Amino acid sequence: MNDARKDTQEQADFRQYCRDWLNANAPEPPQVRLPQTPLEIMTTEQMDYLRPWQKAAHEAGLVGADYPEDCGGGGRNDCQRIANQEMHAHGTPFFPNVIGLGMAAPTVFHHGSEELKRELLPGLLSGEDIWCQGFSEPGAGSDLASVQTFAERDGDNWVINGHKVWTSLAHFAEWMILLLRTDKSDKYNGLTYFVVPIRSALGNGVTVRPLIKITGETGFNEVIFEHLVVHDRYRLDDVGKGWQVAMTTLLHERGAGTLVTPTAGGMRNTKGESTSRAAMASALIALATKAHRNGKLASEDPVIRDKLMSLFIRQEGLRQSQRRAQVQALTDHPMRIPLQGKLLMTEIQQESAALALEIEGMASSLYLADENAPESGKWPLSYMNSFGMTIAAGTSEVQRNILGERVLGLAKSK
Amino acid sequence: MSQPNNFGFGEEEQMLADAAARYFAEQLPVDQLHKLVADNPDPHRDKHSPWAEAQWREMVELGWTQLAVPEDAGGLGMPAVGVAGLMEQAGRAAFPGPLLSTLCSTYVLAHCNGEGAVAAFEAIIEGHAITLAMTDQYGSWNAADTDVSYADGSLNGTACFVQDANRSDSFIVSARGPNGIGLYWVSKGAAGVAIACDAIVDLTRDQARVSFSDVSAVELSAQGTGQEVLDSARPALLMLLAADMVGAAEWQLQTTVEYAGTREQFGHSLGFFQAVKHPLVDLMIMIDHAKSLVYNAACALDTEPENALQFALMAQSAACDAAAYGCSRSVQYHGGIGFTWECYVHLYFKRQKHSEMWLGDGAYQREQLAQLLIEDRSIA
Ligand SMILES: Cc1cc2nc3c(=O)[nH]c(=O)nc-3n(C[C@H](O)[C@H](O)[C@H](O)COP(=O)(O)OP(=O)(O)OC[C@H]3O[C@@H](n4cnc5c(N)ncnc54)[C@H](O)[C@@H]3O)c2cc1C
Repeated sequence: MNDARKDTQEQADFRQYCRDWLNANAPEPPQVRLPQTPLEIMTTEQMDYLRPWQKAAHEAGLVGADYPEDCGGGGRNDCQRIANQEMHAHGTPFFPNVIGLGMAAPTVFHHGSEELKRELLPGLLSGEDIWCQGFSEPGAGSDLASVQTFAERDGDNWVINGHKVWTSLAHFAEWMILLLRTDKSDKYNGLTYFVVPIRSALGNGVTVRPLIKITGETGFNEVIFEHLVVHDRYRLDDVGKGWQVAMTTLLHERGAGTLVTPTAGGMRNTKGESTSRAAMASALIALATKAHRNGKLASEDPVIRDKLMSLFIRQEGLRQSQRRAQVQALTDHPMRIPLQGKLLMTEIQQESAALALEIEGMASSLYLADENAPESGKWPLSYMNSFGMTIAAGTSEVQRNILGERVLGLAKSK
Repeated sequence: MSQPNNFGFGEEEQMLADAAARYFAEQLPVDQLHKLVADNPDPHRDKHSPWAEAQWREMVELGWTQLAVPEDAGGLGMPAVGVAGLMEQAGRAAFPGPLLSTLCSTYVLAHCNGEGAVAAFEAIIEGHAITLAMTDQYGSWNAADTDVSYADGSLNGTACFVQDANRSDSFIVSARGPNGIGLYWVSKGAAGVAIACDAIVDLTRDQARVSFSDVSAVELSAQGTGQEVLDSARPALLMLLAADMVGAAEWQLQTTVEYAGTREQFGHSLGFFQAVKHPLVDLMIMIDHAKSLVYNAACALDTEPENALQFALMAQSAACDAAAYGCSRSVQYHGGIGFTWECYVHLYFKRQKHSEMWLGDGAYQREQLAQLLIEDRSIA
């Protein structure tokens, strides 16, 4: 309700349209168990449920609302936010093409030729083409600019050799955004950015091998390139400008970009329970009022109470800071609050899960396959998965470097 | 009711905050503050602490001390977010004067319906400073645990840990009578009032035991209603103190960041080292949380009173955490110089430690919040 207050006429109409459409068309809950986030999609059954949902939402205009129509978008003004709010409120499933929507689309949009945008964006937005991100390598993680996978020019083509790791969704992906070295003598200016069709090249220059996560799930991969030939038209921006293009990707990955990423749900798990942040806090209270600890309820234990409230306060603090970031008079440095977002969201999530384990006590030892596991083993899974979030997309340590340097103006660490 | 997106922080509020920032920068920069309040390091110095009386008088002229007095009582009736903005600046300047006490008293008076409240508001408008005398010998954070009793129109007993006792003109006293807690207004000069200064760590504050011996008092809130009045005013008190602490913590952050940017060791400025850089980032984040929660609580006071207590407890908990971390990091990262009387960080260190305790520390606020959220489950 709150969200509707400041709508423009276009937004208000669109909001109503989204509500009506969702009421009539939101998908039935799946028969298969869905993972906690799209980054752990493992099976074709999961994909076969999620892909048609994104396609339907795209056809209805709820995905890509702000992109131009000739790119497969809705050509609206600042309406993706509205669709997101309505999809979250409705508790729809999430979209499978997260990396495409969140990172590849804005990068292609800002740096691709008109021709490339028209060619790639419609399939990306509809989810027909799943995208993945080939940035990290065995030797290049936090220090991303040290990537070594090499592209050598050969007339109108480039020949790619090297090794990418942790590539989420590569096992389903048709396309990859790829950061490559084109000049070994210059760390930052020796990088060039490409979009590459990998599915069609499997077994023919591209090998995708799944990596197994700490949770036992798959979802990310290593990708090997051996003499893969790619046409120059798939280059984004100039040769040597790869680092600048990658910054556009990273800014959007960390939620600080210019284009609003289409996101839906993930708000309800397979049983239809809400997993929003506020709901998560009350879920923890509910958990504590059931779990036993040292002869009484966990919710009566002073240490648990203190930790619960600390968490609550941090969550509310984050929410209110995001609100305050919109009030210029109450902020000094414009990036001071936005740059905290990724770090805080992921650390609070991690703390929540850690506290849930503490509240569950011995029962937190029970995992997914145990019929006695509280909430089907959700919390041990969440706790392990939370480290994916504090490591990926710029580790918490790297985020603190960025905040210290860009906001507080402290000297750059090596 | 729901809150406006901008916390109700409009043009007027911004003008006031800007004016306050300018005022303190010009009239009470930290070197001058240090000269004023820290002239004598001797732990056994005179218990009477010097304060910025001239600046207090100017604030009265500027109307700042009556900002929160309701319009129908003749005051300015400014929304609480505006008052929070002023308090944040006063905290940032570590202002040594009865501004916080008087604003807190104003919010208590706003819930009193006795005859005396009208007169007390008039006194504030005329420039009087009023403070709260409601703490018992054990420093209980529940003002109902008073050691002052009321019978037959007069007060007897002692209120401890009274803030700004010497700098104020009168007291709002919480006292227990046969029919429960009532609130009474007593002039500092009234017969039977005796003030014994505490020797305190904080150089910017003033604190005393105030004893009452057969003191005749004006009733602000009748016996049996005092607790309710204090409960109603508590969100405002917590919010004001938290705003003061957020301002002071921001000073600690900026001062330490500046030092970490200039002082060099091992061929680098201190801020280059992540053992310094990352904690300063964490301090910034804690301050930002606290500040956002303060404005949320302030806005709730006027637009969403049913949630004001919950939000104020959150704000004060966050402010206490930020203050504690700001104290420890600001001294530590100044090294040896930070351990001296000469370095200004001690002024804020001492003020913040004092503030952390005045209305209950962070853990206390969280337990209060737990009672609201877990036992009452009054959560949205
Ligand atoms: C679940 C998951 C999904 C991922 N998906 C993708 C994907 O789709 N595509 C992709 O390209 N990559 C992906 N990644 C990779 C991710 O971006 C990297 O793991 C991340 O950038 C960290 O790099 P690293 O693993 O090499 O760790 P390292 O950089 O080796 O870091 C190891 C530790 O050292 C710390 N450290 C490193 N440098 C510094 C410094 N300067 N200061 C302080 N501490 C430092 C780090 O914070 C970390 O704690 C994914 C990772 C995970 C966990």
